[in-house]
Amino acid sequence: MFDFGSITTWFDNLLESVMPAWAATVIECVIIGVVLLLVYALLAIFYIFYERKLCAWFQCRLGPMRVGPWGLLQVFADMFKILIKELIRLENIDRFLFALAPYLVIIASVVSFAVLPWGNGLQIIDFNIGVFFMIAASSLGVLGILLAGWSSNNKYTLIGAMRSGAQMISYELSVGLSIMTIVVLAGTMSVSELVAAQADGWFLFKGHISAVIAFIIYLIAATGETNRGPFDLPEAEHELTAGYHTEYSGIHFGFFYLAEYLNLFIVSGIASLMFLGGWMPLHIPGWDGFNMVMDYIPSVVWFLGKAFFISFIIIWFKWTFPRVRIDQLLALEWKYLMPIGLFNLLLMTLLVVYGFHF
Amino acid sequence: MELSVFGIQSTTLMVVALLTGVGLVAAALIIARLISPRSFSLQKGEPYECGVGTRGESMVQFKVGYYLFAILFLMFDVETVFLFPWAAVCRSLGPNGLLSVLVFLFMLILGLAYAWRKGALQWK
Repeated sequence: MFDFGSITTWFDNLLESVMPAWAATVIECVIIGVVLLLVYALLAIFYIFYERKLCAWFQCRLGPMRVGPWGLLQVFADMFKILIKELIRLENIDRFLFALAPYLVIIASVVSFAVLPWGNGLQIIDFNIGVFFMIAASSLGVLGILLAGWSSNNKYTLIGAMRSGAQMISYELSVGLSIMTIVVLAGTMSVSELVAAQADGWFLFKGHISAVIAFIIYLIAATGETNRGPFDLPEAEHELTAGYHTEYSGIHFGFFYLAEYLNLFIVSGIASLMFLGGWMPLHIPGWDGFNMVMDYIPSVVWFLGKAFFISFIIIWFKWTFPRVRIDQLLALEWKYLMPIGLFNLLLMTLLVVYGFHF
Repeated sequence: MELSVFGIQSTTLMVVALLTGVGLVAAALIIARLISPRSFSLQKGEPYECGVGTRGESMVQFKVGYYLFAILFLMFDVETVFLFPWAAVCRSLGPNGLLSVLVFLFMLILGLAYAWRKGALQWK
């Protein structure tokens, strides 16, 4: 498997040979920032296109077809449209909090985005508490949403933000519990070590029934946490106009839109990291020829393929299940997912401590 | 100190990612302010609600149900913070560690059962 770490090490050595170490660090930080920004924006563009096309196909439509071949340029057109829209200056709002909210939402998704392992040696932030940091960073987003709803001075946004806040914090617990189940199995929280631990088999296959339950809980909870699918009641159009971002116009609204799509990618990325082996290729013990062929597929392709697959499932949810009510939503989390998650954690611990795993 | 890509400290990279987020929003806002039109009318500044003027305050007290769930969340979120370090080393702690965590988890589940019994999980 090609190690991208060799490229970064070579580049680091090259820079440090021609300039002092601090200057090299500054240049590298700038490069990381620019690359992060580009990948973030390109991925958002791809995801908007991906979801539009999938939604269309689920409904037997074609989706965007006019701008560019198969509507490929539609998203770029929309991006420019949203940039040239007027930023409406509203009366009676809390201006500081109103302006702060998009920053929080975007920062939460960019920081947790930077922790994802993209490929062999392609990972920006590698804490030894990586997964924990990722959960912590992504839960910052709920603050932005609450601020957006509160500061808009609009009753719909307030209700939307409260619903969204209750939903996101509730489903975060199940996300945390199912991730914790895998941390128990792996014995590490570092993202790179988690991926390395799955070299001989993905956790979904290594962790017996417990990992499968955790995976299912994670998928449901992640859908809830990103306000998507059947759990998109913060934006229930027929009740609340558009939920917490009703009052945002132009690019201000665009930030929430961007963060929503990137959060879809981030939860898919975490799912592929925790359950489907991150960038590790699929290896079946004993099938040496098959494993060799799988090794030739680049690690980035593996990671993106798994993430897109999980996203496909989450988008599929949206067109399969009707939207739930708020009482059903909270009951599902607190009366079903949460107790099941706790007992699943205990089951996994028993398996690990008494050595029933392979 | 943990080193990440290019051998830079992870904490520095966290700040870089944070600044990237700020930069993304700031740059897009500056571009939008430069190229977007601007006009003023009194109607535009009103809240986007029903078309008629809003009655009363909008930043009001809201349903206590949300607060109840926030309190419950706090309990279980702090539990998550306590459990994660244990989860990372639970294999080496062995049965003893499992036993002590079982007591901890038992109390938490008791708390959840209490809230459930009291009807705190029922949306009213």
